[in-house]
Amino acid sequence: MSKRFLAAALIISASFSPALAAKTSLVIGMPIEPPGLDPTVAAPVAIREVTWANLYEGLVRIDQDGKVQPLLAKRWDISPDGLTYTFHLQSGVKFHDGSTFDSADVKFAFDRARAPTSTNAQKQIFAPIASVETPDPATVVIRLKETSGNFLYYLGWGDAVIVAPETAENNKASPVGTGPFKFKSWTRGDRVELVRNPDYWQTDKTKLETVTFRFINDPQAQVAALKAGDLDAFPNLSAPELFSELKKDARFTAVAGNTEGEIVAGMNNAKKPFDDARVRRALMHAVDRKALVEGAYSGYGQPIGSFFSPNHPAFVDMTAVIPYDPEKAKALLAEAGYGNGLSITIKAPQMAYASRSAELLAAMFAEVGVDLKIIPTEFPAKWIEEVFKNKDYDVTIVAHTEPLDIDIFARDNYYFNYKNDKFKALIAEAGKTTGENARFAKYAEAQKILAEDVPALFLFQLPKLGVWNAKLKGLWENSPVPANDVTDVSWTD
Amino acid sequence: MRLTPRLRLNPALLIGGILTAIFIGTALLSLVWTPEPPTRVRIAMRLKAPLEAGLLGTDHFGRDVASLLMAGAWNSLAIAWPAVLLGAAIGIAIGCAAAAWKGAADEIAMRVSDVVFAFPAVLSAIMIGALLGSGPTAAILAIAVFNIPVFARVTRGVALQIWTLDYIAAARSLGKPPLRITLEDVLPNIAGALIVQVTIQLALAILTEAGLSYLGLGVRPPNPSWGRMLSDAQTYLSQAPHLAIAPGLAIALSVLGLNLLGDGLRDAIDPTLRSRTEPV
Repeated sequence: MSKRFLAAALIISASFSPALAAKTSLVIGMPIEPPGLDPTVAAPVAIREVTWANLYEGLVRIDQDGKVQPLLAKRWDISPDGLTYTFHLQSGVKFHDGSTFDSADVKFAFDRARAPTSTNAQKQIFAPIASVETPDPATVVIRLKETSGNFLYYLGWGDAVIVAPETAENNKASPVGTGPFKFKSWTRGDRVELVRNPDYWQTDKTKLETVTFRFINDPQAQVAALKAGDLDAFPNLSAPELFSELKKDARFTAVAGNTEGEIVAGMNNAKKPFDDARVRRALMHAVDRKALVEGAYSGYGQPIGSFFSPNHPAFVDMTAVIPYDPEKAKALLAEAGYGNGLSITIKAPQMAYASRSAELLAAMFAEVGVDLKIIPTEFPAKWIEEVFKNKDYDVTIVAHTEPLDIDIFARDNYYFNYKNDKFKALIAEAGKTTGENARFAKYAEAQKILAEDVPALFLFQLPKLGVWNAKLKGLWENSPVPANDVTDVSWTD
Repeated sequence: MRLTPRLRLNPALLIGGILTAIFIGTALLSLVWTPEPPTRVRIAMRLKAPLEAGLLGTDHFGRDVASLLMAGAWNSLAIAWPAVLLGAAIGIAIGCAAAAWKGAADEIAMRVSDVVFAFPAVLSAIMIGALLGSGPTAAILAIAVFNIPVFARVTRGVALQIWTLDYIAAARSLGKPPLRITLEDVLPNIAGALIVQVTIQLALAILTEAGLSYLGLGVRPPNPSWGRMLSDAQTYLSQAPHLAIAPGLAIALSVLGLNLLGDGLRDAIDPTLRSRTEPV
C-alpha cells in the first residue's frame, strides 16, 4: 500500500516537474483583430502582427533594427546594372502542409501578387519586376524593368511572403507558410492560436511551444488582463495614460519605442473645400501638434510635419513649415472664401489615439471658425469600406504604420484622392535611384512638397508602448515593420 | 376619482422633487451659463484635481468637469424627454385603443408588446443604433421604441378599469362613440397614472442614454455626455478618479431623483395605483 502510494507520489511529482522548467507558452495581446490571416491580399497591420515571421516567411526579412537579413534566400547576387537579382534558396524548407518549398513557389507567390487581379496592398513592391525565372528548384532569377533602390528591403515585408500554390487561396482563414509556427485555431472576436512547427527548417530556433494572440480593444481591459496574468505581453498598448503606471510595476518591462506609424488626418483632396490647398494649409495652421500629443497620447510621440518616420535616416523635421498659427489659419480661410465659417466632418475610428485626436482637432478647429463634426467609424471593417474603398469622407484620422510609405501620396485612387504629378515623378525617381545619398535627397524633397501642400494633416508619430512580463526576453522594442515576431522570444525561468 | 388629485406631500416626493429640480435647473442653466465653455480644451490644465481648477477639476483635455456635467445634463434631458414623450404618445394611443375595442386588436397589441418587452432596453437600443447609425436621433428613436410597450400596457391596464365604470356604460348605451369616450372620459381619469409612468420612464431613459453614449452610440463627441465622460474616465481611474465619480454621481442622483419623484407622485395622487404602475 505504501509502495503504491510512493509510486503515485513519484508520478505526480514527475508530472509536475516540467512546470518548473521554463514556460513555453506565450499569450500576446493586440488591440485589433485581423480581418484575415493572409498579408499578401489586404492592408491591415493586424494581419502582419499575427502572421509575419511567425507563420509566413519571405526571401528576406527585416530585423529589429530595420535592416535586411537573409531568410528563405540564403544569399543573392545583384547584377552590376542593378536589374537582375539571383536568389539562392534555403534547402530542406517545408510548408506547414508538408509540401516542399522551392523556386516554383517563389514564382507563384510573386506572379500572384503582381497579377492584375491581385489585391496585394503594396503592389509597388512588385511593379518593377519584368519576370520571375526558375532555372532550378533552388534558384530564382528576378529581372527588373527598371532599377529599384528599395527592392530587397520591400521583399522583407509581409506583402512579399512566400505562399504555396496549393494553399494560397485558403490562407485568409487557414494560413499555410514556412514559418516557425503553424496555425492551430482562430476563435473570431477572441484569439488566434499558433503551435510550434516541429519541421521548421531552422532546427531548434524557437523556444516556445504555443503562441496565442488575444484581441482586446479596451485599454482598461488590456491592462487588467496584463495585471491578472492572462496576457504575457502587450507589445502595443492603446492607453498611454496607463503606461506610466505599468512602468513603475516591477513585474513588467515597459518600453516606449518607435513605430513607423505616422498619425495623419487624411483629407479628401478631390472634394470641396479640400481641393483648395489654402484650406488644407489653414487647417494645418490651426493644429497645435504639441498640445495634441499631450492631450491624445499623454505626451508620448514626436510631432511630425510631413509623412516620414523619424527613425529613417532620410527623415527631415518639417514641423516648422506650417507651424501652429491660428491667425494665419483664419486669414487663409478668409482668402479661400470661408471667412464666415466652414462645416466639415471627420470619420474617426475607435482607437484612443484617433478618437481623442479627433476631439482635440474639433476643439482646435473651432478656434479658427471651422466646425468639425465627429462621426465615430468602426475600424477596420467600416472604415475600410467607407473611407478606404468608397472615399466617402471629408477628413479621417488613422496611423499609417507601413515603413517607408511616403509613396501612398503618389498612388492613384488612394483614399486621399491626392494628385500631384511633380510629387509622383519625384517618388518614381527616388524609387529607381540606387545610390543611397541621391535617393535620400529625393526623399527629403518629397517630404518638403507634402509639408507645404498638406494633402493630409501631419500630426505625430505613434509610439510603441510595449509592456511585457519582466521574465520574457526577445520581444521587439521598436517596430521598423509592423510585426510581433516571436521567433526569438523565451522565458528566463 | 378626481380630475385634479390632491397632492399629499411625502418624503419621497420631497427628495425626488428637489433632486429633479436641481437636475432640470442645472440643465437649463447650462444653456445660458457654465463656469467655463464646456468644450474648451486647455491642454496645460489637464487632469487637475477638484478645486485645484474649477469646482470639480478638469479632464484629460483640460476641460472643466463641472461645466461638462452641466452641459451633459441638458444633452441627457434633450434625448430622454423627446424619447419618452414619443414612446408615451404611441404607447398611450395603442393602450387606449386596446382598452376601447378589445378583441383581436387588443390581443395583437399586447402580444407584440410582449415581444418588444422580451428584449432588454439597452440591447434593443443598440440594435436600432446599429441600423440608424450613431447619433442623437438614433438614440431618441431607440429609447422611444422600448417605451411604447411600457405605456401601451400601463394605459390598457388602467383604462380597462375605467371602462367598467357605470357612467361609461351609460355613455355607451347613449351611443357615445368609443373614441370620444376615450378622449373625454378615460384619458383625463388615467392621466395621473400616466404622469407617474412618464417620470419613472424618464429615469430609465436617462440611464439608457448614458449607456448608449458610453458605448459611443448616443450624443456625438465633442458634445458633453455623462455616459461618454464615464467611458473617457475609465483609463484615468488611477490618476484622476474624480473624472469617473462626478458623472457617476450625476447619473445616479438624477435617476434616483426621478424615481423617487415618480413614487412620491404615485402615492400622493392615489396610493391604490401602486399595484398598477410598478416600474418596469
